[in-house]
Formats: sequence, structure tokens, C-alpha cells
Amino acid sequence: MSITVSNISKSYKNVKALKDISFEVKPAELFGLIGPDGAGKTTLFRVLTTLLIANQGNAAVAGFDVVTDYKKIRNNVGYMPGKFSLYQDLTVEENLNFFATIFGTTIEENYDLIKEIYVQIAPFKNRRAGKLSGGMKQKLALCCALIHKPKVLFLDEPTTGVDPVSRKEFWEMLKRLQQKDITILVSTPYMDEAALCDRIALIQDGKILQIDTPEAIVKHFPKQIYNVRASNMYQLINSLKDYKYNHSVYPFGEFVHYTDSRTNFNPEELKVHLESKNLLNIEIEVTEATIEDTFMELAK
Amino acid sequence: MNNNEVIQVEGLTKMFGDFAAVNAITFEVKKGEIFGFLGANGAGKTTAMKMLIGISKPTAGMATVAGFDVFTQAEDIKKNIGYMSQKFALYDDLTVKENITFFGGIYGLSRKRIKEKSKALIEELGLEEVANKLVGALPLGWKQKLSFSVSLIHDPKIVFLDEPTGGVDPITRRQFWEMIYKAANQGTTVFVTTHYMDEAEYCDRVSIMVEGKIEALDTPKKLKEQFNAANMNDVFLKLARG
Repeated sequence: MSITVSNISKSYKNVKALKDISFEVKPAELFGLIGPDGAGKTTLFRVLTTLLIANQGNAAVAGFDVVTDYKKIRNNVGYMPGKFSLYQDLTVEENLNFFATIFGTTIEENYDLIKEIYVQIAPFKNRRAGKLSGGMKQKLALCCALIHKPKVLFLDEPTTGVDPVSRKEFWEMLKRLQQKDITILVSTPYMDEAALCDRIALIQDGKILQIDTPEAIVKHFPKQIYNVRASNMYQLINSLKDYKYNHSVYPFGEFVHYTDSRTNFNPEELKVHLESKNLLNIEIEVTEATIEDTFMELAK
Repeated sequence: MNNNEVIQVEGLTKMFGDFAAVNAITFEVKKGEIFGFLGANGAGKTTAMKMLIGISKPTAGMATVAGFDVFTQAEDIKKNIGYMSQKFALYDDLTVKENITFFGGIYGLSRKRIKEKSKALIEELGLEEVANKLVGALPLGWKQKLSFSVSLIHDPKIVFLDEPTGGVDPITRRQFWEMIYKAANQGTTVFVTTHYMDEAEYCDRVSIMVEGKIEALDTPKKLKEQFNAANMNDVFLKLARG
């Protein structure tokens, strides 16, 4: 296993940031940690990258224990933290050189690994990191995290605040790195990115809600979900919440995702109820669960 | 102006030297509409929004917001709109009540009105127990809901939301959208600037800016049909990648 986490707990004063977390990540796997702000994702990354010691439990990365062998881990992992990771006053090239030097290597030695990413920012190599766009900063930060050819890569919310085009490019880069036998643990608050991982852990309030492949998580959703639409969204939501048989009612883009508490649910009955509330243009259709539906069901 | 159109924009342009950050955009937003204003980083959304909220003078074109002209009545615009952003919203070092009082005061509400509003708002959000706690100590989701309510404290005709729901958990996020639907249902126009495409799915209509121009404008449903895309993210990728 590239990463083994066994019963890790971590508290800050009164806040339990991580509660008995266990999971494993296989070599060259792209594993996603999916959860909102405050779920404990960053704390877990800091434990695994040896920057923080857990109160309980054990963890190993690249075969080394996070407490006793922490120095070896540091040479074998790349870490791209959510906020700070670049020196804003150094240029693109200086940043990369700096990170290569502290890991006792050179840009040339591992250039193969970063080449595809670096060529995209190379035209700006004399620009200060602080003056780069969000997408370019993210690419530079990834190069810096890779320059010592790590076995395991930790990416903490790499796509937060990045536009959809850059996000897509970023995930394509991760897929290519994976093929170079790098294990990747990536966290994100975006549920739609979960589908791009081999396996995911859904995490909230310091607890793992579920671990599986994205396909299996969606497939095992316990209820049939219906897309409901009508003329007035606000009244539709209220009318669905008033319906005594509802199990869950969640706005979902242009629809409301509705599940019923009964096993013999007949959508026509719901339609009658909605009509009695003076809603117009009512549509009720079967739909498939998404990762977000699962997350909400588990967090309920 | 037509009373039903709360924002009217025609050929609105902002030049920085030779660079057209916003290049002759035209659109209108109706009363009670939830309007999504999308674009990649650097597409010009922020510059356009700054003109609409009266803090940046356009180079050319025309625009009225809540019935006021962006060139000549910027101060009136500021009084008649609400604004909430993920980055700046509330003062962490003030309590919930103090924040409400402060923003009520800024918008010129009477003490009596502030008291009433404060009570109603705290009740509605279920914040009674933390009313005297510092906002900095509240969970992100609560802060966002409070911040949205505070942006409506002076009953503005329009509220501008800048990437409002990034990072919060899916359930809280939906509670937030329910508040937005409620405000819209009561006739408040909601103008959402975002590059999170799943936020776009919730809007009545969305516009997508690419390099200073509005390249698409319609309901999410029609845009998805037009671009033969499964979701707004794919619509956006098709537009932005050309």
C-alpha cells in the first residue's frame, strides 16, 4: 500500500478534527477525499505529510511510519497545500529552482516528469509567481511539488477557485501522472470531480461516510430519485416539504431531487398534491443518483 | 424604462488602455429573476459587475440599475442594491447582532427598524443562541446565510452575489439556495457572479462571458440543448475552448 491510515484521530482543543479515520490507497491509485470546508481534509493531509502528529492511530506513507520515519516521508512525497505553496516574490523559474535545490536535485534531473506541465508556463518563467493567473499558479505549484520525483503526491484542494477550463486541464494532468506510477491523494469540495477518481472517501465533520469507487457509490444509493420541476421553484420546494410522504427534498439546479418514504410510491399522487398547491407545468421524472445525493443522504 | 427590467445594459464597455476588459455587452435582467453571470478568470465579469454596482465608470455604452444611471447616479445605485461576496461579507470580530446593527446603520435604517430587522433575521436563521457570539466563531455555512440576510437588510431591489456558495457542504448549500429562491419569489432580483458551473444550474437565466463579450445568454435548459451538453460545465467548456 502507498498510504495506510489506521484509526487516526486528531483534536484541536475542543474540536475533534478527525475521528477514527481508516483507509488505504494502492500504488498508482488516484484517490479522492471529497468533503466541504471544515470536514478535516487539510488536517488529514498534514498528518500524512508529517506536519502534524495525530492523537491516536497509525499511518504510513510510501512504507514509512509518519511519526518514526518522518524524514524519509518528506523526501518521498510531494505536497501541494491549499493556500500557500509558492514564493510570490520569486519568479516562476526561481520557485522551481528553489524547490529542486531543497530536495537536493535539479530541474534538469527530473524534467521529464514536469515537462508537459512546465512548457505551458515556460513563456512566463521570468514573471513573479504573485503575478500569475490562478490557473498558472496552480500549474507552477504542481511542478514544484513534483520536481523531486515523489512516490506519493498530496494535493489539497488544487482546483478551488480555478475556472472550469483550468480544472479540466488539471485533472487531465493528474491522469497522466498516475500513469507514471505516482500515487495521488487529492481533496476537493467539488462533488463533480469525484467521478474522475479511481476511488473516493466522502468525509464530513472528521468522519468518513463511505469509501468506494464513484460508480459503486452512486449505484448503491438506497432510493429512487425523481427530478421534479414546476413553474415556481420556491413554491415547489415548500409544497414538496409539506408532502407528508417525502423522505428528502433538495434543490438540484433546474430541478428538485425528491425521494419518497414509501416503497410503493406513485408519482401521479405527488402530481395531484402539487396541482392542489396551484403549481403549473409539473414534471416528475425518474433520475439517477449523483455523488452529491449520496453525500446528503449519508450526512442527513 | 420598463418597470419590469431592473437591470438594463446596452453596449457597456470598459477599456484599460487599448484593452477592452468589457466589450460592448448588452442584456437585461427582470424583477425577481435569478440571473447567473458566468465567465472564466479574466473574462471580464468582475469589471462588468463593478460598473453595475456603481464603483467603476464605464468607458462607453449605457446601463441602468434599479432605475438609476451608472454614469450619473452611482450613489443612488449603491443605496438600492445589496452585495455579498465569499471573500468579504461580515466582520469576524463583531458579534452576529453587532454585524446586523452595523450594516443596518450603514444603509441608514432607523434604530427601531434595525431592532425589528435584527430580531426577525436572527429568528428566521435560528441564530438565537449565538446572537451574541463573534461571527468569526461561526461555521462557514452559517456565516454565508447570515451574510446573505444582511445583504438584504435594507430591502434592496437587487442583490449581487459574488461566488456565494463555494466550499460549503451540499446540504447547507441547498438551504442557501432556498433562501435565494425565497428572496426572488418576493420580487428581489438576484445577480449571481460565479465560475462554479453547478451554481449556474440554479439560475433562471445565465450569460457566459468570454474575453470581454457575452457569448451566450439563455436559460440553463436551452443552453444545454443549444450546445448539446449534459450540464452547464460542458456548455462552458465548449464555449471557452471554441
